[in-house]
This record gives sequence, structure tokens and C-alpha cells, in this order.
Amino acid sequence: MEKKKKWPEGWQDVNPGLMVFRPGSAREYQTGSWRADRPVFDESKCIRCGVCYIFCPEGCISQDERGYFHADLDYCKGCGICAHECWPGAITMVEEG
Amino acid sequence: MSKRIGMEIALAAAEAVALCRPEVIAAYPITPNTHIPEHLSDIVADGRLDAEFICVESEHTALSACCGASGAGARAFTATSSQGLAYMTEIIPIASAMRLPIVMIIGNRALSGPINIWNDQSDVMYQRDAGWISMFANNGQEVIDMAIQSFKIAEHRDVMLPVNLNLDGFQLTHVVEPMEMPDQAEVDSFLPSFKPLATLHPDKVVSMGTLGLPDIFNESMKAKDEVLKNSRKVILDVWKEWKQQFGRTYEPIESCRMKGAEIALVSMGSMGETAEVAVDELRKQGVPVGLLKLRLWRPFPFQDLKKAVKGVKVLVVLDRAVSFGGPGGPAFSEVRSALYNEPDKPFVMNEIIGLGGRDVRVEDFVEIIGKAQKALKTKPKEDYEIYGVRGS
Repeated sequence: MEKKKKWPEGWQDVNPGLMVFRPGSAREYQTGSWRADRPVFDESKCIRCGVCYIFCPEGCISQDERGYFHADLDYCKGCGICAHECWPGAITMVEEG
Repeated sequence: MSKRIGMEIALAAAEAVALCRPEVIAAYPITPNTHIPEHLSDIVADGRLDAEFICVESEHTALSACCGASGAGARAFTATSSQGLAYMTEIIPIASAMRLPIVMIIGNRALSGPINIWNDQSDVMYQRDAGWISMFANNGQEVIDMAIQSFKIAEHRDVMLPVNLNLDGFQLTHVVEPMEMPDQAEVDSFLPSFKPLATLHPDKVVSMGTLGLPDIFNESMKAKDEVLKNSRKVILDVWKEWKQQFGRTYEPIESCRMKGAEIALVSMGSMGETAEVAVDELRKQGVPVGLLKLRLWRPFPFQDLKKAVKGVKVLVVLDRAVSFGGPGGPAFSEVRSALYNEPDKPFVMNEIIGLGGRDVRVEDFVEIIGKAQKALKTKPKEDYEIYGVRGS
């Protein structure tokens, strides 16, 4: 299998000042790989208040068409702030593995 | 036409900066550089310069504001001293990593403690490894000239790095000297307008100050080191142009009375002027002594140094800062390290002098040259000392 080439291949390819000339490149970096614990949402307890969505520092929690909230695990770092803030206790942090 | 003026050097520095038409100036007052931004704020308030003068609440913000301004495409200037420079520390390597060609004048002053407002060079030495171009002026004329040169060097497409220009606090900042001040037309013809690599504008998206994790950090540090080393070529070109237009010569190391010199002093900043008087007097008495004034500190002028010390037997490096518990003063350790692998190298010794405003007189240099004469015969036990310290 062909090994994926690292960028930059050499220091000469580094943009001046590490500038990035296209928008949204941070999206390509999936911070979900940092996670040790993942949030699990219990819809039977959720009152759809959105406090988890407001407090998520990653902005990775979104609301589905039924009004319930879910975390995008590609980007969720597992910080647990949503579970801490969820006063009905609908979010539990579960160890990955 | 250049005009002959008699003026306090800090004010002349501000006038020279104003001739460069900076668009954003952000500074916080601190002795002894204060008169530079203070006079620039007068110039802006009087309508002589169309610039945004930002009265910030700290030096950390002064340099941060300059970074934002430079990133947005403006020519940015700041000035500071000592604790103010130390307070900028967090932003200093970021400005160079982001390749923002900010010009900063440092009125060199001792770092606290004890609290001391007077001159030495411990403030800039604290920022030695931050990736800025760093230069030292010996007198008022050099401050004017190098301030103007600094913008041209910093903003060159092959450089795009911040520059700090050092002048000794009080010895230079507060002294009135006769100088030649170029006029606006002369500076305009020397210094083109700033053309940034990119500007922060929503129409053309760019991210500056990005994340660089282990997979790219090595490469970005190598790129930063190479661009700083390669700035030497642009610096020499700019000095050549300066000589053609204004007739005054600038070199990375200025050699004085070095023909046949067996002993040489290495100085940085204003003490070079005093040392020159001592060297002249001793030359008249037949002592084979010369003087090397180190103007360019970063990028360090290795090739010039190696060439300049050919035939020298004892080299005395004069430092205005201490590296506590280290190998002597910072200039000494770099000069000696630069020469270490040379086959035919002088004995290098170090006198740390003029700390926190302690006077540096002609007779001090005469005494130091006397010590170097002794070292020609017998090498001293200690290779560095704090000169003139009581109790030793």
C-alpha cells in the first residue's frame, strides 16, 4: 500500500508564517481522537433546553429534527462540560474503549 | 535635502520614524524610551503624520496591536525599554513566527531587580532567541539612519521579519547631538510603501497565527531560522543602497584601528564611541590595539567576525549584560563559540561593564586594554569578570 505523504515534505514548503490561504481548514483536524470519555445522551431525561449546545466549547453539539441534542464524535474532545451543565442529568460520560 | 539638526536623540528617532510614514503606532511609556512614542504622538496630533496612535494599557497590548495592524497590512511601529520589553515577551516570538515586519526601537535599560532605570543591555539579551533581526546603534546619526533602514529591511519580501533597533538608554536616548536629518522626499525615494504578503480581509480568506503540532513544528522552526539567516543578504543590500543615497557606510561589524592589531575590543552600542577614544590614545603610545563594533546582532555576522579577528591574539568582548551562572556575558559566549572551531583563533576574554548605568569611562578601557596586554603573556585564570566591581 502506498504510504500517505506527509505535508510538508520539506521545510521549504512551509507557508510564510504558517499562513493558511483557504477557509475552514481547522475542520480537517478531527479533535475527537483526543477523547477518553464520550457523552451519552438519554432522550427520556432530555427536556430539549439546549444548555449542552450553549456550553459546548467545541461547538460540536447540534439539535436534530425532533429537537434532541447530539454530539459530533469526530470533534467532541470528551471534556464533559455538557454533562456537568445538563441539570436534568440526561448526559452521562462513558469511558471509551 | 538633508538638514543639519541639533536634537535629543529620542526626538530625532521619532522624527526619523515619522518620515517612514508608519500607519499604526502602539506604545506604552517607560523610561528611557518614552520620548520616542511621546514625540510621535505629538507629530500625529499636530497632523504631520497620518497614523493611528493607539494608547494601550500595557506593552503586551502594544505589541499585540502592532501584530494585528501589521497582519492587516499596515506599517506598524512600537518602542519600549526593560520591563516593558519583558512584558512583551509572550508576543515577541509570535511576531517573528507570523512574519510580521514590525519595527521596534528599544531604549536599552537594565532589567529589574533591583529596580534601576539606567542603561545596560540585559533587556534585549533576554529576547535574544526570539527570531527578530537585532541591531545596535552607536550614536544619534546611526539611530536616524538605522530606523529608516529597519523598515526597508523588515518589509523586504525575502525577509518579512520584525526588527529591533537598540540604542542605549540615557547615553543615547537623552543626549543632544548634531545629526543629519533626511527630508521626506529622500526617505520616500529610499523606502517604498509596505506590500504585505497577505492582509486580514474577508474578501480573501487567510488564517494567521495557526496551530502547528509536532508533525510541522520542526519544519516551521527550520524555515524561521533560514529566513533570519538569509536576511543578511537583504541587510547588506539595504546598507549598500543607503551608502549610495546618503553617503554613510554601515557594516555588520565596524573595524577601527584594526591594522596590525594584536589586541582587539568588541563593543556593542554607545560604549564603542568611548572605547574608540581609548584605542586612539593607546595607538599613539604604540600599543597594537583595535576595536570591533558589533552592529548586527541577529543574524549574527559569523563570516565578518572570523575575517575581522585575523591576526588578533587577545580579543576582549565587552558585555553590558550577565548570563548568571553561565559562561560570561551573552556577546562573549557567542563570539567565543563562533571562533571555537577556527584553526587560528585569538584568546577570548570577557569584561562585563556598565551594568545598570555604572559609568564607562575612557580610563576604564585603558585599564581593560592593560589586562589584555597581560593576557598576551599569561592567560588570566578567569575568562570573564564583572569589571570594576567593589570587593574583588
